[in-house]
Amino acid sequence: MPDVKRKYVIPGDLITEGNYRPLANVVKRGNKFYATRIGLAEFGQEGVRVIPLTGPYIPKVDDLVIGKIVDYSAFVWEVDINSCFMAYLPAKNVYGKNFTPGQESLVKKFDIGDLIAAVIAAFDRTRDPILSVSGPGLGKITKGEVVKIAPTKVPRLIGKKGSMIRTIEAGTGCKLTIGQNGVIVVVGRPEGVIKAVKAIKLIEEEAHLADLTKKVQAMLGIKEVGG
Amino acid sequence: MGKLINDGIRVDGRRVDELRPFRLEVGVLKNADGSAYIELGKNKIIVAVYGPKEMHPKHLALPDRCVLRCRYHMSPFSTDVRKPPAPTRREIEISKVIREALEPAILVEEYPRTAIDIFLEVLQSDGGSRCAAITAASLALADAGISMYDLVVACAVGKVDGTMVLDLSDIEDKEGEADMPVAVMPNLNIITLLQLDGILTHEEFKQGIDLALSGCRKLYEAQRKALMERYFKGGLNQQEEAE
Repeated sequence: MPDVKRKYVIPGDLITEGNYRPLANVVKRGNKFYATRIGLAEFGQEGVRVIPLTGPYIPKVDDLVIGKIVDYSAFVWEVDINSCFMAYLPAKNVYGKNFTPGQESLVKKFDIGDLIAAVIAAFDRTRDPILSVSGPGLGKITKGEVVKIAPTKVPRLIGKKGSMIRTIEAGTGCKLTIGQNGVIVVVGRPEGVIKAVKAIKLIEEEAHLADLTKKVQAMLGIKEVGG
Repeated sequence: MGKLINDGIRVDGRRVDELRPFRLEVGVLKNADGSAYIELGKNKIIVAVYGPKEMHPKHLALPDRCVLRCRYHMSPFSTDVRKPPAPTRREIEISKVIREALEPAILVEEYPRTAIDIFLEVLQSDGGSRCAAITAASLALADAGISMYDLVVACAVGKVDGTMVLDLSDIEDKEGEADMPVAVMPNLNIITLLQLDGILTHEEFKQGIDLALSGCRKLYEAQRKALMERYFKGGLNQQEEAE
């Protein structure tokens, strides 16, 4: 957003007055915009929003999430996606439309306790999120270190156009799979994984501060990453 | 019983419009989604918030909003004589009153079919524990990242020796003529809790409300400071730089 003004806010704080569009985590009363979450308020041409610093993960369609299978029935797996809603992965999203219960045992594909990378295929206020594992890089996760961070810090971990994630991958030689729900899988050599986990924790702790990319670069001992 | 106010000074040395010493802290519990701790006079209260989370049992979930559940509880060691740990009528009532004081501040429609649990544990009790609990609970809710229209801050006023006084201590609460807890959303100027035990004249009531609002304003500043300290420590001067 060009010409964006920012300030730190807590619920109830007046962000700005004027003719703006309310984007996220703000309420409009008359001409005034108030924050509803703790975070960084941004207001400019595009509108007014608060980037929250804390809070639960609310699923959004097309989000990549990493979940854990907690149960299954004849038709669906139940997946814990670190949210206030339990997600469901229908068997037909895995086996195809012609799936008939009884012929295939769901446990053969994903068992209880398995981690999966999936995308939210459908979700709205009236029903629980439905997952899909069709796509590159989706499905069962067989190796790697799992790190959990606050879901609100995920955008910071990814960085502008993925700059932060590239920095970490270049600095540690690891591959990161970041779920929007705050679950991250780090795959690589043990010493790289240790460094990557440290960097992720640093980003989580200092997500509200500026110059984080430089700090992470210094920590990982790299100078500059292209892009 | 002697006089509770002598030359405008109360039994604990305060003026009539003075709060007891207070301290607020946010994020004191690791396992809760949000937490806060308050000391107000001799009150020591810890609040934990869990949620929003899946509602169990499911048939109690509401299709269009979340359910707020509150448990105000006094520890057995919070009073001078051991208090049995089972919830008393008073605790059940205060739980309801606190829930109703906090509910108007929360955007409950943002979290359909879910539940938010608030646990308020009184570790040491003094007068005005429900007010202190509400003040801490709204901090814990904000700490949990739950969308709120405003924080809620509460403070009691009362009549002691015929004078309106702010923030009653235990003895003033018991020996005084009236006690009136007030909770407000300070930015919106909306009262979310108003109880009155005793009799006040119209004039006294108006004076009491003004006094309570002035006390709430001071507590609100402390609430804001506690949240800022927790979330923006070290980042306060870099507002314009953040990515």
